[in-house]
Amino acid sequence: MIPAVRILARPTVRPLVRAASVAALLALAAAPARSFCGFYVAKADTKLFNRASKVVLVRHDDKTVLTMASDFEGDPKEFAVVIPSPTFLEEDQIHVTEMKYLDHLDAYTAPRLVEYFDEDPCAIRRMEKRMPATAELSAAASAPARDEATGVTIEATYAVGEYDIVILSAEQSDGLERWLRDNGYRIPDGASRVLESYIKQNVRFFVAKVNLARHEASGAAYLRPIQIAFESPKFVLPIRLGTVNAKEPQELFVMALTRTGRIEPTNYRTVKLPTDAEIPPYVKEEFPAFYRAMFDRLVEREDMRAVFLEYAWDMNWCDPCAADPLTHDELRELGVFWLEGGEDGVVPAPGRPARMIAPQPAAEVFVTRLHLRYTGETFPEDLIFMETGDRTNFQGRFVLRHPYKGPISCPEAKSYVAGLPARQEREVQTLANLTGWDVNEIRRKAGLREGAPGPTPAVRGAAGDKWYHRLWNRDR
Amino acid sequence: MLSLAAVRRFVADPRHYQIGALAGLNLYAFAFLDFGARPAPLAAILVASLATQWAAGRIVGAGPFEPRSALISAFGLSMLLRTNSLALAAATAFVSVGSKFAIRVRGKHLFNPTNFGIVLMTSLFDGVWISPGQWGSAAFFGFLVVAAGGLVVTRAARSDITIAFLAFHAAILFGRSWWLNEPLAIPLHRIQNGAILIFAFHMISDPRTTPWSRSGRLLFALLVALGGGFVSFVLYRPNGVLYALVLVSLLTPLIDRLLPGPAHRWMPPPGEPPAPPESAPLERVPPGPSPGLAPVAARVPAVRIPGSGKVFAS
Repeated sequence: MIPAVRILARPTVRPLVRAASVAALLALAAAPARSFCGFYVAKADTKLFNRASKVVLVRHDDKTVLTMASDFEGDPKEFAVVIPSPTFLEEDQIHVTEMKYLDHLDAYTAPRLVEYFDEDPCAIRRMEKRMPATAELSAAASAPARDEATGVTIEATYAVGEYDIVILSAEQSDGLERWLRDNGYRIPDGASRVLESYIKQNVRFFVAKVNLARHEASGAAYLRPIQIAFESPKFVLPIRLGTVNAKEPQELFVMALTRTGRIEPTNYRTVKLPTDAEIPPYVKEEFPAFYRAMFDRLVEREDMRAVFLEYAWDMNWCDPCAADPLTHDELRELGVFWLEGGEDGVVPAPGRPARMIAPQPAAEVFVTRLHLRYTGETFPEDLIFMETGDRTNFQGRFVLRHPYKGPISCPEAKSYVAGLPARQEREVQTLANLTGWDVNEIRRKAGLREGAPGPTPAVRGAAGDKWYHRLWNRDR
Repeated sequence: MLSLAAVRRFVADPRHYQIGALAGLNLYAFAFLDFGARPAPLAAILVASLATQWAAGRIVGAGPFEPRSALISAFGLSMLLRTNSLALAAATAFVSVGSKFAIRVRGKHLFNPTNFGIVLMTSLFDGVWISPGQWGSAAFFGFLVVAAGGLVVTRAARSDITIAFLAFHAAILFGRSWWLNEPLAIPLHRIQNGAILIFAFHMISDPRTTPWSRSGRLLFALLVALGGGFVSFVLYRPNGVLYALVLVSLLTPLIDRLLPGPAHRWMPPPGEPPAPPESAPLERVPPGPSPGLAPVAARVPAVRIPGSGKVFAS
């Protein structure tokens, strides 16, 4: 952008070159995904939100792999999960995985903050940064038994990792609810009506409890994510059970890995996150608060009835990268079953330095990150998804532009310096619109943190100020 | 040129109202909906629709160029079809309008053009799809007002099928939720789907591809609602009613034979000779005025057909 300004300023430049540079600038502006998208600074991952459920949903050809992470923080004795499952599950269809795979995908897809440092308008200079890398692995399994109980049929019991898992089918919701309570699964009151609608659809129940002995033996500090793989035409994420008796809105992140393109819910509206918003540089210190405030405002605007798209991207590359792309092994661990691995695929070399492109054979994987806040009232139905053919890349990206602070030594710089206050005011307004924060408070923080906005006192009070801002010796 | 009578005739033509309503909805989608309609695909669809209508009309010798049905198809397509490829958008428009000329049974085209184009192309290509959720439920009531108002203003003759379809569809949704003992909020939420309204008011209401008789149309609406329910709740696929409409359209000739009725036509204003019925099963409608025409004239608004001879309008 600054080099283009330079070219246009030279008096001898030919009209064709000028037109070409303008065209190039427009092309860059039109396809920001393909250009350099700023230095990665920070991300808004799921840890920002309390009691957020994280789900990875892999889907292709009626086959689904669902990975569920709970952020359960209480006594493991109290933990119980009841999930309606469209099919019976064999033991091989159940797996316990490590949180780090979800964390990696979470980090990779999180909305990101990037910063640009304005170059000296009189010269060219470049800056580089690097992002570190990570990776690892693990697994476990065990043997079954069989039982019968009135009204409730125990179709299978498994011990997988630190969990005792039971696959149930039921004839009556009362019976099921009683059985669950008798066996130490605490389900909320009023769940029986929800269970009834599932029972009538011939759905099985996947029920998991923590086996305390195995949990202590494993030495894990947290409850690991559970995965189930099954085949069903239903592409549904059941959320109704979670909303029974929930007093507060729940937060849910769905990260979907598909082969063809982006997924979206068919029964709720999808709204894109505001992106490419330029905000004042001081937000770098307050990015988590900013993101939470912005999301709160979005949810309020949509009356808590929309699902928000935070990221939709081809998994082979990223720009900027909030984390390294996932390796084939990590993707397979998360359930991407159509990827080559082992003998047929190429095993990636460890310690890759790549920042933007994964140096392994192209994986046909597209990731969609959806974020929603819901209550039983605003989201009465389970989420029903569909896969579209849309492979357009989208990312939640927020931009900081640091003004150039060095000495100004050429006449072209005057227009740059004169334009700064207007730009900074626009950033302040953008932030106020996104978060609902008080505009004056923002201006105050932006002014204080930034110090003098330019090398010349003439910058203060330049175009963009209202006439009355210069009255009464206001401290700006 | 702009006499009051001419303006009144223009406004009274349900096709003009429909074009206006669909164009307005497209504008709404551009402005307010993420993942809504976009101007560039709309432009491609408009050009391809009009070009196909013109070219195909020439090939079959259909008389003067009649753009209105092509415009309706184009705006409807733009509202429902999602794609990132202008080529696929244009191809869908070509297939839609082309089907009107290519797929005919006993002089009447079989499929609603937009419906056929969407179902065929989304089945064949990943690069085109439908977003049933994009309209949300907030737009629902606004759209309902506009659509219902349209019915009142133009006294369109085919409102019975729209109302019948919505009634059957609601009955299926509420009935299923009642059987599953789901809370009322669920079927209420499902019925507030803008895509269903568009389908009911602009697709299944097509008078040229639905049965001639009222009882035939009610049967048709019931079959489409049942088919849609089957696809949604048994096959678990989205956009069930679109597939159902294509399949049930295959039965229209049979329904017309079993439950005969007067052909739909765009009636001329009083005092002018009636235009010959287009693509009507001639053995059913006797030539010249007949008692069967009078009740239809009372319901169908007066529209002038330029020239004589066959006009392939929808």
